[in-house]
Amino acid sequence: MLTLTCPYCGVAAEETELAPGGEAHLTRHGPGSSDTDFEGYLFARQNPRGVLFERWRHAYGCGKWFLAARDSVTLQVFGAYPAQTTAPPDDLVAAIRAARPGWQPPAAVSAHPDGRTGDDYALNPTPARDTLA
Amino acid sequence: MSAPHTQRRSGRYSVFAIAREAMRLHSGWGRAWASPEPRSRYQVVIVGAGGHGLATAYYLGKNFGITDVAVIEKGWLGGGNTGRNTTIIRSNYLQDPSAAIYDKALKLYETLSQDLNYNVMFSPRGLIMLAQTEHEKRGYLRTVNANLLQGVATRWVEPAELGRLVPIMNLAGPRYPVLGGLYQERGGTARHDAVAWGYARACSDMGMHIIQNCEVTGVETAGGRVRAVNTAKGRIECDKLAMVVAGHSSVLAGMAGFRLPIESIALQALVSEPIKPCLDVVVMANTVHGYLSQSDKGEMVIGGGTDGFVNYTQRGSWHHVEETVRALIETFPMLSRLKMLRQWGGIVDMTGDRSPILSRTPVEGIFVNCGWGTGGFKAIPGSGWAMAELVAKGTPGPLAAPFGLERFAEGRFIDESVAAGVAH
Repeated sequence: MLTLTCPYCGVAAEETELAPGGEAHLTRHGPGSSDTDFEGYLFARQNPRGVLFERWRHAYGCGKWFLAARDSVTLQVFGAYPAQTTAPPDDLVAAIRAARPGWQPPAAVSAHPDGRTGDDYALNPTPARDTLA
Repeated sequence: MSAPHTQRRSGRYSVFAIAREAMRLHSGWGRAWASPEPRSRYQVVIVGAGGHGLATAYYLGKNFGITDVAVIEKGWLGGGNTGRNTTIIRSNYLQDPSAAIYDKALKLYETLSQDLNYNVMFSPRGLIMLAQTEHEKRGYLRTVNANLLQGVATRWVEPAELGRLVPIMNLAGPRYPVLGGLYQERGGTARHDAVAWGYARACSDMGMHIIQNCEVTGVETAGGRVRAVNTAKGRIECDKLAMVVAGHSSVLAGMAGFRLPIESIALQALVSEPIKPCLDVVVMANTVHGYLSQSDKGEMVIGGGTDGFVNYTQRGSWHHVEETVRALIETFPMLSRLKMLRQWGGIVDMTGDRSPILSRTPVEGIFVNCGWGTGGFKAIPGSGWAMAELVAKGTPGPLAAPFGLERFAEGRFIDESVAAGVAH
């Protein structure tokens, strides 16, 4: 069974505890974008046979969305990280490169419109957990 | 010993052939299809020797006289989803474009054994889709009315009649009482391998090349046009390339430089030990994510659920088996006494609207036939028929036209997720 460690609450959650949310790091196109961009955002997917980045929700746990890197053929999990980023952390990318020599991040992941990398987003770390008064 | 491509082929199958071979200890049967080495060029290359790919090749030859065709296959013929499905055939879809292509397929299945001179064991034993919630009941009543307008014969059956049709069924619930069912008497099953084998034999008879163990490693394009495919057995040039590879469509499209609105996920099935005949219809219970038929060998063939995430493993997650079986044994209590023999998975290609894609692509000369999701087997002849027309003419005919890729940009979905979200 697929097991992912939630980066928020630290629980090693089994697949039945999680809700899959599809491909991660999609560039959001909305009003004012071209039809092609909007269609691509809504429907076109990398759907890679190999390393993929995807969204998950710890549905029967802390309830938060997070992102994970996984191999779609072997189900090997490379790591999970908070969702407040537009790119996977650099150390995770390095770990995947070490495990899968020759692997290249897909274009949508490596190229960001604003030119920032995962490290820039590390300056804005995991937000404090909401406290319910 | 002669090379595979020079081995003797079998002639026409008939009762006389059986009698003749019986007289000589069956020493005279030849190969059903030839296994040639690929040439360096074909008019049409079809990637994927599953049911859809082979049917496309067959109708290219039969309907359009195009026989300069190679069907290339990564593994063995029919070893993908063609050999992994639960063999269900039906055409009781909600939307008109779906009903048209699936009913075309069903009509072709009805005479396929005679057409191919190959027994595909089509068994129109009838198919029932159970309504086990009020919501589902309303949905199926709507489908019955839609089918009436489409000219697809289906009818609503009340629980009392269902009890007579399926004596092993527990109608009373308590969690999922059976409220009625959508009954298509023309639906049924066929031998899935035989469908691929029959088409392969007929294609081989027309002089087409079926090349197994030949993985495509790259697609060569020039000026927005397809030039060739690179394969494990060398470079093969082509005028037209048809990608008919189900779960691996995104991988192949990636080689040609475009993306598809497809996600590949694992769908599971399992089969029990063989028992005496007890179920002579196909029963689908979509609320509990299970569908059931009894094979000619006596095994209970059970289709299960899909994973919700991208998965190329051909296994699927164990807990779906548990969910399927747990729910099914409420409706079919006798299943609780059965041992399961095998469990397996296939990689299905899901689109957002749960309808297939038969389309031109951004690369001229490349055509895709994919997105059949969890229910491609039933569509094989219709899909091949429509795809052959698309490839031969370069523009889709009436069956394929609604299923173009452009429907996603236009927001013109053929939404079958109600009818086919899980069991298909």
